[in-house]
Amino acid sequence: MPTERILLVGVNHTSAPLAVREKMALTGGYEEPLQRLSTIPGCREYYLLSTCNRVELLLVAEPGAQLEDELIRFLFGGRISAEKCREYIYIYYDEKAVRHLFMVATSLDSMIIGEAQILGQLKEAYRHASRQHSTGPLLNRLLHKSFSVAKRVRSETGIGSSAVSISYAAVQLAKKIFGSLKDKKVLLVGAGEMAELAAEHLVGQGVDEVVVANRTLSRAVDLAKRFNGTAVSLEELVLQLERVDILISSTGASGIILHKDQVRPVMRLRRNKPLFLIDIAVPRDLDPGLNDLENVFVYDIDDLTSVVELNKSEREKEAVKAGRIVDEEVLKFQRWYKGMDVTPTIAAMRKKADDICRMELEKTLPRLQCLSDKERQSVEKMAAAIISKILYDPLVFLKQDSCKHDSKVKVDMLRTIFGLEDDNE
Amino acid sequence: MMTEISYLLFQTVLAVTFLACAAYVVFFISRNKKVRTIARWILIASGILQTLSLISRALLTGYAPVTSQHEAIAFFAWATTWAYLSFRWRYTVKNFGTFASLLILILLMISAAVSREPAPLVPALQSWWLPVHAGVSFVAYGFLALAFCGGLMYLLQEKELKSKRFGYFFSRLPSLDALDQLNSHCLTAGFLFLTLGIITGTMWAHQAWGSYWQWDPKETWSLITWFIYLIQVHQRITGGWRGKRAAVMAILGFSAVVFTLWGVTFLLGGVHSYAH
Repeated sequence: MPTERILLVGVNHTSAPLAVREKMALTGGYEEPLQRLSTIPGCREYYLLSTCNRVELLLVAEPGAQLEDELIRFLFGGRISAEKCREYIYIYYDEKAVRHLFMVATSLDSMIIGEAQILGQLKEAYRHASRQHSTGPLLNRLLHKSFSVAKRVRSETGIGSSAVSISYAAVQLAKKIFGSLKDKKVLLVGAGEMAELAAEHLVGQGVDEVVVANRTLSRAVDLAKRFNGTAVSLEELVLQLERVDILISSTGASGIILHKDQVRPVMRLRRNKPLFLIDIAVPRDLDPGLNDLENVFVYDIDDLTSVVELNKSEREKEAVKAGRIVDEEVLKFQRWYKGMDVTPTIAAMRKKADDICRMELEKTLPRLQCLSDKERQSVEKMAAAIISKILYDPLVFLKQDSCKHDSKVKVDMLRTIFGLEDDNE
Repeated sequence: MMTEISYLLFQTVLAVTFLACAAYVVFFISRNKKVRTIARWILIASGILQTLSLISRALLTGYAPVTSQHEAIAFFAWATTWAYLSFRWRYTVKNFGTFASLLILILLMISAAVSREPAPLVPALQSWWLPVHAGVSFVAYGFLALAFCGGLMYLLQEKELKSKRFGYFFSRLPSLDALDQLNSHCLTAGFLFLTLGIITGTMWAHQAWGSYWQWDPKETWSLITWFIYLIQVHQRITGGWRGKRAAVMAILGFSAVVFTLWGVTFLLGGVHSYAH
């Protein structure tokens, strides 16, 4: 029994190129692969995670070269030679496996650090595994722990706070120009999905009014209705520039639709109030020269992407903090894991019983003043005897090697029944 | 006795202001809000100590302490400190304190570097117009110095936004709108006091020399400065001058202020010259 270890085998976006990940045998649902895993000898508990960036197996099993080969065959389906496969995968045992799982759950191992999706995918995978009863006391504990670690990282670090999408970047820039967006007006030129998304974010920040200009007016009217705004025709573009503050352009036009010379006179009419022009169309809609005008700020899709990159590096700083939390939690889990053996469990049960016995005696004996020393000793003996008789059967159950029960299951059961779970300080 | 007290007070002011400035710089780098609160309290302490220092100097010399270079610059620092604190009381502009406290520290350091000998005042100028005229003018300079700081911050932030290369300052500086409003508030207050300064100056001149205006170089330059700010205020109201142009004008205007204060004294001379 003690030879069983926690084992994690997997492939992710850094260990294997997309071409290899595409060949991975695991497509479709979780049921069939989990079924196949159960046939591999030596796997006591198992769990499988499959996302577009990673495929990972987490097992409690008796390790050995043979098991590793089996798992590799399971992952790659024999489509790539075994030696080649070893270059793409990572195999972690025990503490390292736990750490890796926590890193995945907290998104520290993701392509975009701080993304929130992975936790949902992890929970989904766990749901499938527990439905098939493939997880036992160890993995249940471990996976639940990984969820709470992810939660802790999210609340204690700023890892998920900075904007890593184009539309968030637009909001962030708008705030650096205007301060508050409360009384600002937005003009959407073209009714693309991206523009709609960006407008949604701006409205979420309290933008006052949304105006939609589109070649086909009906589409403009539809979109305007969504934001309680107004629709105008594309010919009114320059006229509208007098009163809006932010413009998001995403038309399919083949050329520039707004030139520097058209905007220059508008700025005088606007009394130089700043104008934030966002061009998310490819090819570009707005003249890049507009950026030279005073109080006009033009950002195209590449510029916004660079803001996103900047935010990513900001997140990486927070990731250091998150890494420390993960370290802490791995340590805590290791402490719990060590206690999951038979011997420490027996000791913990005895200690708990002895503690209760001692406390009760200390409470009762001072009140029994009439007792002689000898009688007092008898009472103490009696209490100790009760304790050991009650503990006798559970201890026998724990120690016996039956093939019906896994020792980990037994340990877990007794630890739960006797309330020995207060390992979290 | 008074000399020692005055000297010690000034040294304390210098040390406390240095601490305030250091705390603000730490806040600028670390963005730890607790540090900012500490920095603000130290700056308030510095403001109070500067007031005491000026009073001790006034007791020492017997008149408003603005007649020597040392006193004038210390007075300037005092005015800037209180202009900042009064501004801070009404408005919040992210990291403005770092820039303002740095300017105050620089002023105090210049003041510490020049001779601290009191400059005797000719009897003709010993009048209660002296503290009024100097006080009002320096408060104006204080606000205009703040507008200058705001202008620098605006140019830094605008450069990041226009070039789209986001460096160290981007996340640490406030929004352009906040900086533009800072410019507007400080300019309005500064211009008001500047106008009062010139009016009280002419009154005093009339009392001392019998004529309101005598085209002394300092008077001429004050008028030039005043016109620079007049154009700014006028254009802001009528033409919508704002943003970068306003920031550049605030910096230009402040250079005129600095020239009026020192350039004129060293290069051109005249009745306003200190320590003659």
